[in-house]
Amino acid sequence: MSHESTYVPGSAIERWLDKRLPIVRMGADFMDFPTPKNLNYWWTFGGILTICLMIQIVTGVILAMHYTPHTDYAFASVEHIMRDVNYGWLMRYVHANGASMFFLAVYIHMFRGMYYGSYKAPREMVWILGVVIYLFMMATAFMGYVLPWGQMSYWGATVITNLFSAIPLIGDDIRTLLWGGFSVDNPTLNRFFALHYLLPFANFMVVGIHIWAFHTSGNNNPAGVEIKDAKKDTVPFHPYYTIKDGFAIVVFLILFASFVFFNPNALGHADNYIEANPLSTPASIVPEWYYLPFYAILRAVTFDFFFIPAKLGGVLAMFGSILILFALPWLDTSKVRSMRYRPVARMWFFLLLIACVALGYLGGKPAEGRYVMFAQIASAYYFAYFLIILPLLGLLETPKQLPKSIAESVLKKSEKSSATASSTGAQPAPAE
Amino acid sequence: MNFSKTLLIATVAILASFGVAHAAGGKVKAPEHHHWHFSGALGTYDNDALQRGFQVYETVCSSCHGLDLLAFRHLGQKGGPFYLDSCPAGIAENIDCSNPNDNPVVKAIASNYRFQIIDGPDDSGDMFERPALPSDGIPGPYANEQIARLANNNALPPDLSLITKARHHGPDYIYSLLIGYQNVPSTVEIAPGQYYNPYFHGDMSQAMKPEFLDAEGHPIDGVEVPYGGVLAMAPPLADGIVEYTDGSDQTVEQYAADVTEFLMWAAEPKMEERKSLGVLTLGYLIILAGLLYWSYRKVWSNVPH
Repeated sequence: MSHESTYVPGSAIERWLDKRLPIVRMGADFMDFPTPKNLNYWWTFGGILTICLMIQIVTGVILAMHYTPHTDYAFASVEHIMRDVNYGWLMRYVHANGASMFFLAVYIHMFRGMYYGSYKAPREMVWILGVVIYLFMMATAFMGYVLPWGQMSYWGATVITNLFSAIPLIGDDIRTLLWGGFSVDNPTLNRFFALHYLLPFANFMVVGIHIWAFHTSGNNNPAGVEIKDAKKDTVPFHPYYTIKDGFAIVVFLILFASFVFFNPNALGHADNYIEANPLSTPASIVPEWYYLPFYAILRAVTFDFFFIPAKLGGVLAMFGSILILFALPWLDTSKVRSMRYRPVARMWFFLLLIACVALGYLGGKPAEGRYVMFAQIASAYYFAYFLIILPLLGLLETPKQLPKSIAESVLKKSEKSSATASSTGAQPAPAE
Repeated sequence: MNFSKTLLIATVAILASFGVAHAAGGKVKAPEHHHWHFSGALGTYDNDALQRGFQVYETVCSSCHGLDLLAFRHLGQKGGPFYLDSCPAGIAENIDCSNPNDNPVVKAIASNYRFQIIDGPDDSGDMFERPALPSDGIPGPYANEQIARLANNNALPPDLSLITKARHHGPDYIYSLLIGYQNVPSTVEIAPGQYYNPYFHGDMSQAMKPEFLDAEGHPIDGVEVPYGGVLAMAPPLADGIVEYTDGSDQTVEQYAADVTEFLMWAAEPKMEERKSLGVLTLGYLIILAGLLYWSYRKVWSNVPH
């Protein structure tokens, strides 16, 4: 919800500037933004993600000053950063683990949006821009992983770029274009470096538009009801949410720092400390953990589907599993946003969460026997959730009664907690 | 709730069925778990072990394996095996021995190293050999891959700069491999120039003698396919082959532990700096988190939420 500006220029300079470029007003309005007072900690991940993107850009720019995008020197230049550049090891470990932290946070952020129905009207654009940001992240992280030119870099790039050749008619040409030649080689490394540097800045702009979009619609909130009375339902963003987000960000940084300083290679693969060798294929080619669910979906399609060969089918399923998110606002037919009030939908949601974690586990296992079978079941559920369950549930389920306003839902909650507090204080809790 | 009960049963059933799935390919013996001075959140390198480990590397490993990512100066940098806080007696006063390029121990190691540096071209256009300086990279044994393979039964001895990070459970694996050589089991036959090691990746089912296989090529009853595989590296260590001057045991186990510690340092020379900065960072973040939480409670104290 855009709100009326309460900014009053305090000095002659501000008054002069406000007529010409109301940038101070913009910042002041941002800080004053009326924010629902019932946002829980799941809502802090937006701020956490902004910090993640900034950390990646700052460390990435510094790394780029010391990195050489050439197949003969890339691996050695990364080790030069680790050994001879002042705090180069810190920059690289922050950047490498930062990618994992970024994805961890984005997955929590996305599932939060799905649970509380943050994609529903009038926030469809917020959600769609979010999916665009996520796609940019996937592409950026994939190309970044190629840059150290280790074995997993090289073979991961080979596997993923080869997927594009499954596209009928133009697939081979797309692959050649990605490679800049006829195999993953120096031109590939060069263009991946250029794009890896470019995309985060493009993404930064999309993040800006994403924030603009929800500053137009207003934040969703755990109750999923719109703001009725800004005075009762909201608090200004600053200081209420700057301090809450700030606390959450620092807690997140504690997790981040424990990886960077005490287990920096835990999320990586040992093979990437071997320089790329086109003549020697690693025993198993495994993508980074954040791609594993999609890798499992890709490999789950082991059968031809009418005229679609298995390889193309896998590629379509994998890309489809992401693209389907764009349609989510229209696939979910329920008018109720928050799954707090949709007990049936909530069970299916948690089943989706389990399916995604299972796919992540299965993506890291060899594509054989039972693993494939379970990946097929989980993939089928993934698509069924979006294409069958959500559309039908909105028509069939009976939601619980919604609170009349955010203020009411907050009051109920605090009454309940004070009631339990006083009852446990006065008498022993009844056995359940 | 019925739903969650069903879910639990399904999950247990799925997990149980994975236990039955058998691994393909050869079995490899899991590395021995060795206690390292550098393991754990606060572990540091044992400097004496690093020095002995370098001695083992120089005397034994360097005949076949390079250390391409390291220069001699790294040995004398802070945290390195031969770092000096201050100069030993008899060195001119204006020399700073904490600078690796002026470190007398490192200078001596470089100039006496078993391989020389190929430098040039000189004024007459010829390449020439000269003793190494601290600023030089540590020269390896072979000029190129082809000659390395020629000298090693067509196997290529890997560079050791990152070996402890390039293998799963790297330090335990290297240690186990070095102490784990065994006589060839009687059920298998291996080619000359190959050595059996239960910790090395491979598939010994291909090397089984025919008398231990049934008609379908499976091992007969009561015979197991041995763990591990074969490699072209002969057992490199033997008791007493490296002379320690500090009274440490001159055994294969001690050599293996020392050289592994050194190779871990070679792969991760900034580990000590990383961990100590990590302690400071975490301390700072935890205090900051406490302050922010307290401020958060204060700011929100009058707002029901």
